Amino acid sequence: MSTTTHSEAARGAKQVIQLEDATVRLAGDSGDGMQLAGMQLTNTSALAGNDIATFPDFPAEIRAPRGTLAGVSGFQLHFASADIYTPGDRLNALVAMNPAALKTNLDDLEPNGILIVNEDAFDTKSLKLAHYENNPLESEGLGDRFRLIRVKMTKLTRDAVSELGLSVKESDRCRNFFAMGLLYWLYGRSMEPTLRFIDAKFGKMPDVAEANRRALKAGYHYGETTEAFVYTYTVDRAKLPRGTYNNVTGNQVLAWGLITAAKMSGKDLFLGSYPITPASDILHELSRYKHFGVRTFQAEDEIAAVCSAIGAAFGGSMAITTSSGPGICLKSEGMGLAMILELPMLVIDIQRGGPSTGLPTKTEQADLLQVMYGRNGESPLPVIAARSPADCFEVAQEAWRIATRFMVPVILLSDGYIANGSEPWRIPDVSELNKIAIEHPVGREGENGEPFLPYKRNERLSRPWALPGTPGLMHRIGGLEKQDVTGNVSYDPENHQHMVNVRAQKVANIAEDIPPQAVAGPENGDLLVLSWGGTYGACTAATQRCRAEGLSVAHAHLRYLNPFPRNLEKILRSYKTVLIPELNMGQLRSMIRSKYLVDAKGLNKVQGKPFSVVEVMEKIRELAA
Amino acid sequence: MATELPVLTAQDFASDQDVRWCPGCGDYSILAQMKKIMPSLGIPREQIVFISGIGCSSRFPYYMNTYGMHSIHGRAPAFATGLKIARPDLHVWVITGDGDGLSIGGNHLMHAIRRNVDINVILFNNRIYGLTKGQYSPTSPLGKVTKSTPMGSVDFPLHPLSVAIGCEATFVARTIDVNIQHLGVVLRRAAEHKGVSFVEVYQNCNVFNDGAWEYASDKKVRDDNVLELEHGKPLIFGKNRDKGIRLNGTTPEVVDLNNGVKEDDLVFHDEKAEEPTLAYLLSRMRHPEFPEPIGVFRAVDRTTYEAEVNHQTEVAREKKGEGDLAALFSTGDTWTVE
Ligand code: SF4
Repeated sequence: MSTTTHSEAARGAKQVIQLEDATVRLAGDSGDGMQLAGMQLTNTSALAGNDIATFPDFPAEIRAPRGTLAGVSGFQLHFASADIYTPGDRLNALVAMNPAALKTNLDDLEPNGILIVNEDAFDTKSLKLAHYENNPLESEGLGDRFRLIRVKMTKLTRDAVSELGLSVKESDRCRNFFAMGLLYWLYGRSMEPTLRFIDAKFGKMPDVAEANRRALKAGYHYGETTEAFVYTYTVDRAKLPRGTYNNVTGNQVLAWGLITAAKMSGKDLFLGSYPITPASDILHELSRYKHFGVRTFQAEDEIAAVCSAIGAAFGGSMAITTSSGPGICLKSEGMGLAMILELPMLVIDIQRGGPSTGLPTKTEQADLLQVMYGRNGESPLPVIAARSPADCFEVAQEAWRIATRFMVPVILLSDGYIANGSEPWRIPDVSELNKIAIEHPVGREGENGEPFLPYKRNERLSRPWALPGTPGLMHRIGGLEKQDVTGNVSYDPENHQHMVNVRAQKVANIAEDIPPQAVAGPENGDLLVLSWGGTYGACTAATQRCRAEGLSVAHAHLRYLNPFPRNLEKILRSYKTVLIPELNMGQLRSMIRSKYLVDAKGLNKVQGKPFSVVEVMEKIRELAA
Repeated sequence: MATELPVLTAQDFASDQDVRWCPGCGDYSILAQMKKIMPSLGIPREQIVFISGIGCSSRFPYYMNTYGMHSIHGRAPAFATGLKIARPDLHVWVITGDGDGLSIGGNHLMHAIRRNVDINVILFNNRIYGLTKGQYSPTSPLGKVTKSTPMGSVDFPLHPLSVAIGCEATFVARTIDVNIQHLGVVLRRAAEHKGVSFVEVYQNCNVFNDGAWEYASDKKVRDDNVLELEHGKPLIFGKNRDKGIRLNGTTPEVVDLNNGVKEDDLVFHDEKAEEPTLAYLLSRMRHPEFPEPIGVFRAVDRTTYEAEVNHQTEVAREKKGEGDLAALFSTGDTWTVE
């Protein structure tokens, strides 16, 4: 990893080691501001030109009892001068703000890794809360196994802000900025972006702003003066493709993708949503963009959220509902209605650990079968999935393109890992964005005794999107089975068979309208890794490394889960073995097995955590050897 | 350019679908009155949308030659809310029943009402589940023997108008299916009200609950059992208009006008009262202790939900200008790779 060393006067004459990448985790109590610190470190690294990938991990409780193991909140950042795909398997450095954070995170730290602890927090009470009998800083030989740096962070922070007359509690709240300052020094980062952030965020509270500034600088200067560190580190700019970049989280850029889709299709965006982790940030983000014609409706429940969106779709809006697994359960009946009405809209599922309330703040990919089959009757819907935070931007537009071209609700899957994780996103040139063409039938004078035919289909089998307010096109739609073409209620057995076939064929036709599946690696060989959704990074890194080891392994990552790309079967049959790693118990695997009769193998895990690259590599080695 | 609206008739509002309610059902009369008042509203047919849930009443949209949506059970107010936010220009009706609106859909009804979405909610109250063939509903009286309550219902019923008033409704009215003139007037008033209009229609289900409203609909007895509300007028009823409602403290009582009680002693109806106290009190008057009021209980002005939502959009545009994607993408700190 380390290549060259050189010295740098500005950093306290320590030796500077140049790294290709570094993985750092900040862990503390949920009230310690670790997420904020992590986001700042991320932003700063992104602005320094690194490629980045993050993994925020926090408890479901807003403030779990202080100091407990359950209350630990962590933020992991992987920054690099090369292309990276995951937030990193092993930590090079861990900052533990209290004993509980040490206990729950230490296992992930690499041998001889940097371990920075706030030793002031290792008092009897906190040790007890973390179920430590003895102080691990004294007894566990930590100093032998890791590069242990004990910092009196509480005291040093209080000293730094003492002139400002803040209460002890307020002073202690600045400790995360002290920790940040120390990391900035350690990795040669500029404090400027965070100082700007402090101005913007705390501008209205000058005391707090000043305290955070001082704590940040105190942390930085502590690094310069302490003897505890032998080296400092630097990670060069990554060779990302040319362009201007923004550091984005999945939910944020998903919202931007939706706004873009609305703009590019000449539609006003309507969001009907009910707050739920981890989807709420999309509601928050969209509600800030009213000047784009965005209307957000915080409904009384999940059902009203989907139903209001269907109402808006009938009225001609770009209608969306966002939720997570438990909310999707409640929306199922509404989704079935939207399906039989054949109205375009988006249902966005930011998956989390289930079943039931499950693990609200943890990631999982276990809603695939629910969105595929979780409705009464024959009710196929298109499903597409984002693979990374930045990918959400394109997927949002693609979902809306399909919805309007085929007059069908489209399900977009993301997950907690993608939603809260961040990575650099190359800002597209607005002139390069694709228009999404939508046609509405025009009105007619009088009716000539001819009723309008709301279910008369085009060559794709999609029906006209006639909007209320258009003269001469009055029609009624509903959840009862309808006659094709006229849309009149029909209980005719042959017609029902016909309509079920037509609606299924329409969804199947989407395969002709999407790009063929791409494969990385050999066109045929020993092993194909087939993945979807948020496992993209781990599977990409794992297959690349295994190929470098000489294994015959290819990788196909699916964006389109229903319908599958038309060349998928051929791809599946080009390898001796197919491996499907999923953060569920084998949902895509059972779809692939039943559709193609391919004996795909699984790598399955439901622990609320993404795959590590090594986990996937081990399975590949086992199957491809 | 001023375009002249074509002169429409009730027939123009009839769709080409066969009406499939049981012969003799009260729904027919409501449909007929609806079609009859439509031309006089001066709203082009294409601007009108009927949305319903599930139940006998919810077949209504299929029979109107307007835009319509027959949705899912209980959720019509939610569809209507989304549509109204997206398309404030449309004239939206919600047709529901006592099961659809007050049981499975109670939550949506409550929230559409308190938001004051400009929709007209017409609740056909027949005090029974018709489409599922005769189970008791949230408005069935205690002790009601039905297929699902062979020993009588032990569910305490609720009063639709009390619920609506509790949800801060700005327009609340009641009418009766067979009282077609009154029905027409009330539907019209509901259509004209800006904001949510909530109308309870006593509707006879002659198959599963025949005669549930006989005391209020039968010409022979109804004048003694029903009190027609008129804004600014005293509460007088009876075949000979010789009975009235007086307040004794906060409790209403029936008084005989032949016994020296003067009109001035009676309660005067005020549908525009800001506080809904009187409207609520009226909604609690039940047969046989009291005559049941029909007409407009409450009609007050309040800004509509969709107007506020769309106003915020306008304000945001004025302040920030029309949204610009390039500016959006550059939110926060960006960096350039050469
Ligand atoms: S069951 Fe009752 S409410 Fe339903 S159509 Fe027949 S009479 Fe009317």
